[in-house]
Amino acid sequence: MKHLHAFGLGVAAALGLSAMTLQPAAAWEPTKPVEFIVPAGTGGGADQMARTLQGIIAKHSLMPTQLIVINKSGGAGGEGFLDVKNSKANPHKIVITLSNLFTTPLATGIPFNWKDLTPVAMLALDEFVLWVNAEKPYKTAQEYVEAIKAAPDGQFKMGGTGSKQEDQIITVALEKAIGKKLTYIPYKGGGEVAVQLVGGHIDSSVNNPIEAVSQWRGEKVRPLCVFDDKQLTYTDKIVGDLSWSSIPTCKSAGIDVEYLMLRGIFMPPGVSKEQVAYFVDLFKKVRETPEWQQLMKDGAFNQTFMAGDEFKTWVEGAEKTHKGLMQEAGFLAAN
Amino acid sequence: MFDNFINLWHGFAIAGDPFNILLMVVGILLGVIIGVLPGLGGANGVAILLPLTFSMSPTSAIILLSCIYWGALFGGAITSVLFNIPGEPWSVATTFDGHPMARQGKAGEALTAAFTSSFVGAFVAIIMITLVAPLVAAFALKFGPAEKFAVYFLAFCSFIGMSKEPPTKTIVSMMIGFALAAVGLDMVTGQLRLTFGFEELLNGFDFLIAVIGLFGIGEILLTMEEGLEFRGKAAKIDAKVVLRTWATLPRYWATSIRSCIIGCWMGITPAGATPASFMAYGIAKRVSKNGKNFGNGEIEGVVAPETAAHAAGTSALLPMLALGVPGSPTAAVLLGGLLIWGLQPGPMLFVEQKEFVWGLIASMYLGNVVGLLVVLTTVPLFAAILRIPFSIIAPVILVICAIGAYTVNNNVFDVVMMLVFGIAGYAMKKTGYPLAPLVLAIVLGDSAEEAFRQSLLSSGGSISVFWANPLVSTIMGLGILALVWPLISNAMSRLRVAQPA
Repeated sequence: MKHLHAFGLGVAAALGLSAMTLQPAAAWEPTKPVEFIVPAGTGGGADQMARTLQGIIAKHSLMPTQLIVINKSGGAGGEGFLDVKNSKANPHKIVITLSNLFTTPLATGIPFNWKDLTPVAMLALDEFVLWVNAEKPYKTAQEYVEAIKAAPDGQFKMGGTGSKQEDQIITVALEKAIGKKLTYIPYKGGGEVAVQLVGGHIDSSVNNPIEAVSQWRGEKVRPLCVFDDKQLTYTDKIVGDLSWSSIPTCKSAGIDVEYLMLRGIFMPPGVSKEQVAYFVDLFKKVRETPEWQQLMKDGAFNQTFMAGDEFKTWVEGAEKTHKGLMQEAGFLAAN
Repeated sequence: MFDNFINLWHGFAIAGDPFNILLMVVGILLGVIIGVLPGLGGANGVAILLPLTFSMSPTSAIILLSCIYWGALFGGAITSVLFNIPGEPWSVATTFDGHPMARQGKAGEALTAAFTSSFVGAFVAIIMITLVAPLVAAFALKFGPAEKFAVYFLAFCSFIGMSKEPPTKTIVSMMIGFALAAVGLDMVTGQLRLTFGFEELLNGFDFLIAVIGLFGIGEILLTMEEGLEFRGKAAKIDAKVVLRTWATLPRYWATSIRSCIIGCWMGITPAGATPASFMAYGIAKRVSKNGKNFGNGEIEGVVAPETAAHAAGTSALLPMLALGVPGSPTAAVLLGGLLIWGLQPGPMLFVEQKEFVWGLIASMYLGNVVGLLVVLTTVPLFAAILRIPFSIIAPVILVICAIGAYTVNNNVFDVVMMLVFGIAGYAMKKTGYPLAPLVLAIVLGDSAEEAFRQSLLSSGGSISVFWANPLVSTIMGLGILALVWPLISNAMSRLRVAQPA
């Protein structure tokens, strides 16, 4: 009997406790404007997504206060991440991430790590596609690879965004896969890379779909393969009979390279579970809006959504992958 | 091309809608205010207001936002002329002659000249967009890293020797600028440079902070030293000043045309409005027969940079629409807006979204006419500000400068930096080092270095890439000519003296 009593008490206490913790879970709401840090410049992929989110949240009144987008792009985004890291327990601040969440601390030694932040949710994954100028004769990835292999090292030029970041990581992986060197030329933004490709100043790019789609529709560039393990799912026609889904995977073309970029949300360290839960819930609502669906379609995003431990495990894995890739490429900072 | 006119006509029907006209006036007024406040640039203004436009139709939204942009372009000149504080990066060159004019009591004339030339520059750029949009887009595609570097090279060369100070001081000042521009992340290697472990320096030195400090705070310090007196005669307030100034402006038609060409070209390539304004000023100083008097309040020195800046700012929208590459930070934010409204900038925009594109182009015509009318009516008002005693206006300027510096990155450290730059600016003025080359180097240093190294990467380290094709060699040739021009003209005048007729 005694045991039962104790058990009963325990249950009651547990119920009471969970009721106490559940109560604020439903109640926490931002009480002042929420800063939305973009660790990249205006006009890029992360910035576009952040501003779309801001627009959707404002239009559908999903939040009682305003969401304010602030770009902190210094030091390859390090400035933005440090700002979030140093805003301990501030629930009115969120940050959108690119791959620079992993690459910036590894390449520059700027002192932060994703573990310094609180993971909230994965909104989507951004795909990468190998593009060439439409006037070039290469119709498939195989043909292009043959041409690279036939030429001396460094003759073919690959343009990409930034240095020692995702585009260059893919380029190095590509070099490894085909056993030939390319000349990597870094530019400031993905749109600029796409235009340099159209102008014939570089031979190929690994632009995200949204960065190059308009040039593709104008038949100025041609997609050869997508760096994912399966083909894209979007079947809307873009040029003639071609759609995103008609691009083969690079793996099927003999280039064993896969890369997806995280578009996720993090918060400062030390925020409560309820505060995180509020934002997870908010972004779930955002995902149901037609504007978000349209953005996903335009940019041929991989719409995987994750939160909680599942997301944390994913980020851990992604960090390891990046460390491995960057170590192989010799991109780690000296210290 | 005839199609273009029909499309434009439809565009006018859309832009002429009363609601859209109202948006234009609102946008211009907001833009002027944004332009007047240093730091709160057009890009910030547009970014803040972007979410408000999501409920409008894309055409109305872009009309509102682009009018804010026009307004900011107009408004940037106001504080340059009145207080020697450039409200926007592209109005730095306007201070060189605009502020001396204000000190001579000719603020009204300077403002009228600035606004009118802005309008002329923009108008020429819009006409160019209307007529040759597809051609221009094709021309912009020819610009790879080497061509871009050549343009920057030309900008630097056309600027050297334009200041009254000795060339060594100009070079010292420019080199300090390059050093400051190098701070932060090196784009090509992905490594941090010259940050010495300070997190505040990750972002490098923002050009706006430097300008607000060097010019704004430096100027206030100088004035304080001279006994808290405004170094200028109170301007006579006279509504006719606009008409009187207009009567003199046609005299500078050659400078206007030259600046329009420079501006359109720099906007398309896209180097932007700031280098365009510097380059136009530098070249006008060389070529004009009043060139010697530049820097002492010559109205032509206001006409040249303002025309070029506005022509560049306007034509910068073309590469954004046709190629998806923003020609200016503000254009970058507008680009984000286009995507949210479901419009894909790029080669197909002109084909698939005719109504939107031509509505926007028509709104450029109307918006600039509305803009000119709005700002010209404010000329006497702004000129009257100079009648307020300095001891009252100086603290106000200081506060506005501090707010401006803070707004650039929402960072208190920047306000401290601004003060440091202010003291440096004061010291440089006292010792006769020119500020302009330093500013030019901070603005263009990063981009020029980037383009230079990108070119060398693609050529495998061979410097011959800078004369690899007719386009790049022509621009480089012009640059070298501009660099050695003072020597040539010196030699020629000596020859003339040596052989008396």
